[in-house]
This record gives sequence, C-alpha cells and structure tokens, in this order.
Amino acid sequence: MSEPQTLFDRLWSAHEITRREDGGALVWVDRHYVHEGSFHAFMQMRERGGALAEPGLTFGIADHYVPTRGRDRAIADPEIAAMVRTLETNAAAHRIRLFGLGDPGQGIVHVVGPEQGLTLPGLSIVCGDSHTSTHGAFGAYAFGIGASEVAHVLMTQTLWQKKPKLMRVTVDGKAGAGIGAKDIALAIIARIGADGAQGHAVEFAGGATAALSMEGRMTLCNMTIEAGGRCGMVAPDATTFAYLKGRPYAPAGAAFEAAIEAWSALLSDSGARFDREVALDAGTIAPIVTWGTTPDDALPIDGSVPDPAREGDPVRAKYLRDALDYMGIAPGKKLTEIAVDRVFIGSCTNARIEDLRAAAAVLAGRVSKVPGLVSPGSTMVKRQAEEEGLDRIFRDAGLEWAEAGCSMCLGLNGDLVPAGERCASTTNRNFRGRQGPGARTHLMSPAMVAAAAVTGHLADVRPLLADRKV
Amino acid sequence: MQKFVRLTAKACPLALPNVNTDQILPGRYLRLPRSPELGRVLFQDLRRDAAGNLRPDFPLNAPAWRDAGILLAGRNFGGGSSREAAVYALYEAGIRCVIAPSFGDIFAQNAVKNGLLAAVLPEAEMLELAAAIAADPDMPVTVDLEQQTIARGNRSFAFTIDPTSRNQLLNGWDDIDLTENRRDRIEAFKAADRERRPWARPAQP
Repeated sequence: MSEPQTLFDRLWSAHEITRREDGGALVWVDRHYVHEGSFHAFMQMRERGGALAEPGLTFGIADHYVPTRGRDRAIADPEIAAMVRTLETNAAAHRIRLFGLGDPGQGIVHVVGPEQGLTLPGLSIVCGDSHTSTHGAFGAYAFGIGASEVAHVLMTQTLWQKKPKLMRVTVDGKAGAGIGAKDIALAIIARIGADGAQGHAVEFAGGATAALSMEGRMTLCNMTIEAGGRCGMVAPDATTFAYLKGRPYAPAGAAFEAAIEAWSALLSDSGARFDREVALDAGTIAPIVTWGTTPDDALPIDGSVPDPAREGDPVRAKYLRDALDYMGIAPGKKLTEIAVDRVFIGSCTNARIEDLRAAAAVLAGRVSKVPGLVSPGSTMVKRQAEEEGLDRIFRDAGLEWAEAGCSMCLGLNGDLVPAGERCASTTNRNFRGRQGPGARTHLMSPAMVAAAAVTGHLADVRPLLADRKV
Repeated sequence: MQKFVRLTAKACPLALPNVNTDQILPGRYLRLPRSPELGRVLFQDLRRDAAGNLRPDFPLNAPAWRDAGILLAGRNFGGGSSREAAVYALYEAGIRCVIAPSFGDIFAQNAVKNGLLAAVLPEAEMLELAAAIAADPDMPVTVDLEQQTIARGNRSFAFTIDPTSRNQLLNGWDDIDLTENRRDRIEAFKAADRERRPWARPAQP
C-alpha cells in the first residue's frame, strides 16, 4: 500500500513539472489573475522582449485602484486613472480577458475568480496579491507572488517553487449564533501568531470547517496569509460542487460530472502526516476584534486591551506600548468601551453576499451612529444584494452603498480613513497606516462591524441578534 | 539577475518585530515605477512624522547608519502584502542584505529575485550582534553567502538560507533562462496534463 497522502501532496504532484537537485521545482500554473498593480511585471516582460505564454489562462481584473463612487465620471486623480488605463492597455495588447471598469463581472479578484467559475478545485492559481490564498477554499493550490514572479508566469505559465511544509488546522464543534468564519480565522491567528504558519501550506479541516459555506471557507483561507501561511485550503465537497455548478467558466454537463469525480479524490488520507497540527473547538469561540497593529492582536469582545505595565517581557511591553499609543487606547481599557468614528464593510475577506446579509441582519430597522461605507466584493454581488433589498437596509441605516473594489481596505483608490480616526472594518490588515496614514483599524466580522455601527463602539453582536432571524 | 556573494558594509539595527511590507513601503507609493524615488520613501511613515520631518529615534536616520548596506530586523520581517516594490525600496536605498530571525515567505522570494540577501539568524544571536553594533556603529559587518557567515571584528555567526535561494543568489541565475532550458519538459507536461485533467482549462462562456 502506498504512503497516505495529504490534499496538498496531491495538488503539488499534479503540478510539478521537474525538480532541480537543490529542491527548486518548476510548477505549472493553471490560472493567473492580474490587476492594476501588475504593471511592473508587464514592464519587465516588455523590457525582455517576452511574449505572454498563455492568454487563455490569464485574466485581468480591475480592483485595487477603481473608484467606488461616481463611475459615470472620469477618474479625477490622473495617477489613479493611469493605473486603471495601463491595465486596460496591457490586457488589450496581450489579448487578456479583462473584467474592467464597466464590465458586469468586475469586482475584487478574489471574489470574481470564484464567482466566474475560473477558480476550481485541483488548480494552481497565482496572482500578484497576497490574499490569493482565498482560492484555496475550493481545494486549489493558490498563493500570492511578487512582480518578478508575475513576469515569469506571464512569459512561461510556470513558477519555480519549493514544496512548503504542511500544517493542518482542525476546527471541530459547532460555532454559536453570531460567530462567523472571520471569528474562527482571528481565533486561529491569535492562537498561532501572525507568523505562526510561515513556510507552511495550511489545510483547514474538521466539522466546523466543513459546515462553512463557500463564502465562509474563502474568508478562512483568505486570512491564512495573516498567519504567515503560504496558502490555505479546504478539501472540496458537495458544498464546493454546488457553488460551482452553472458558473460561466466552470465545466458544464457531462464534463462537470466527470470533473466532480476527479475533484472528489482531492482530500487528505486518514493517517496522512503533517509537520504541524493545531486544533480548535468552534463552540468556544466568541466574537473577536483586533485592538492593535498586527492581526494576532485579537481578543474576544468581552476582554480588555493589554496593560504593558503587567507584561514581564520588556520587548513585548515596548511593542504593546507602541501599539496602544498608535491606536490611541488607554492600557487595560475594556474593548466594549472603545468608540469608533466610522465603519467599513468590504474587501476580499468579507464582501460576499453572505457577508452583506450578516451585516444587514443586524442593521435592519436600526441606524448607524457613525458614517460608513459598504463596498460589495463584486458588481455581481452588488446586483444580488440589490435584488434582495440589502442596499436599502444599509442606506436606511445611514451607510453609503458603493461600487465594488478593494476600496478602504488599503485606500489606493482614495477611499481613506482620515488620520487619527478609528474604523471598525471587515478587512484583513490592521497594520499602521493600512487604511490611510494615521488611520486606526479594528478587524472583525461583518456582523460585528454592524454592531459597532449601531452602538457607536466595539460591541458584542449577539444581544443585537437575540430578536432576529439570522 | 544581480549576484550576491559577499558584502562588507555598515549594519543598522531595527529591532521592531512584524515590520510588514506596508511599513517598508506604504501603499500610496505603489503606483510609482521602479526608481531612486522608492529608496527615498523607504519606511516613510516610521522614518518621518506626519509633517514630513525625520524622526530622530528611527535608527536609519542616525548619521552613522544613513549609508548602511545591511539591515538587522526583528522577527517576521516583510510579512503581509506581496508588493515587490518593498524590496525595490530597500535596494534603491542601498540595502543589499537583511538579517532577521524570520521573514515573510513572499518577501523572501521577492528578495532573491532582486539580488537582496535575506539571512536568517536566531533571535539570541541577533540581540548579541545588535548590541555590539549599537556600541560601535561604524565597525562594518561582513556577510559571506558562500560560507553562510556574518562576521564583525573577530566574532562570527552562522546564518541559514534555503539552498535554492542560496544557489540562485550565488550564481545570479535568471529564472526565465532556467525555465526556457526546460522547454521540452514543459511541453511534455502540458500534453500529458490535457489528458489527465481535461477540466483544468476554463470553459468558454
């Protein structure tokens, strides 16, 4: 009998073309997503006189710099306009299908790939964006790369890689009402640290993972990079196949049935070995928010921020002082006493239809005490939300309903949190200055952002859901 | 690609952990093409206050370290965003080697592709080296990739780096050339793969 294999072993061996003596392996790339930020790579290809190897496997998506308001007007900032235009020019020159501004399929790359059926189980998927780990939710080998590697993929459709170590995170038990995939992700990051999965391919397993929708699995895999992981993945199952059925670029009819048969073999055998195993009980996870400037500064909402005076390690104590100082929070303060200035619902982490429904369930019939922006993950998500009437709930609550893009997650398009302001955000990074110079970010689930909106401070969403059907 | 074999330069200690690529190069500079300008905005929001003045307590602002070629960093340096421009910014500012207890995976890959050495040194030895440098900032440090050593005065430390990255840096290998040399294997893979995974190509909508 052959050695038990992991899901990742299977994905890796299906893509390895050849290997050097020093361990460097050449791997095949099934899907390559490019965006405005890929301009360095197109320039490298031009300087080298190279040609695009596989236009049919390369897809362009305008997301990082696109405006979320006033799309009927020209982009005011000439540099931002140039970023969007350069992607259009490169896509046209190399015959790349572009989901650009004005396209009904436009949106954030990590939302668009799956909803178009471009992202499938068993594929290798790369993009010049660290949150490419998202696509692993389908049982794909998906990871972010830098500009030189993007250029290499453009010219060869391959990449030189080392096989990463393997980690399995098993989440069992049943998550309580009001607990979402974001809470599970933040609980894992708080447990293992912002570099806890460095050098590892991470497989999420267990009953609570299997119980997640595709949207939830994408949130979980998306946040793998915030634990430093090379990629995250979930073995495909009936939930995966049901999501993919009928998607524009997914196989159809008999080809789909045949694909399901192949995809069903993508799992980890019992007895398969991982370099590291981590286990969590979803039943013990409370709603989680971040208080500091790295994603592992995450605590249950009923907690208090740390007090550097009570920290024995001087290096850690200095970090805590600096983080609290940047965040403008007094040592030891209760999380629920932290007032927010605005909210943001959006990003590749939490702007899919289920995320918008979760936030709307809290906001319905209520009013936000602070201003806020809702940017759906894609134009298709936006349209569906409008069909369901969610846009009215957000607008009636006083929030702004905008177009799809990366938006206020990192503010490249000008959607910034002003310096010194505090934002409850469904995004993925609470880094210093991430949402704008001097901006203060608290990460949490869409339902928790809605709770912060209606109370004006960080708040436990569960009492607000007590009288609601979720 | 730029080779890296040996470097003797001043080393600047930056003791902060988790310095992610958003700190190395803030997002608002990502629209810039590669140019010396990126070197001038390296660590912009750590290096300067909101008014644009240099913060005196930021190590790279100290006169002794303005021309440092080596950076001593904390754990998990370069995590977060995949922006390769973070490496361009370091390189344009004259940094050719970063020594840290650990690196973000994508940053480490990007560094190799640009001839920048990311050398891993355990935390305790980092602290010893940083303390010695703080006591005498002008004494240079020699990083030798062949020997995998970091030497300062008569003290020497062994650092680690994965063998593929070491090979690539020492030889200045060009990835595209390496790949083109294996064109026949790629074509054989493609032919077999179409049979094995007919579902892997996108359906035409």
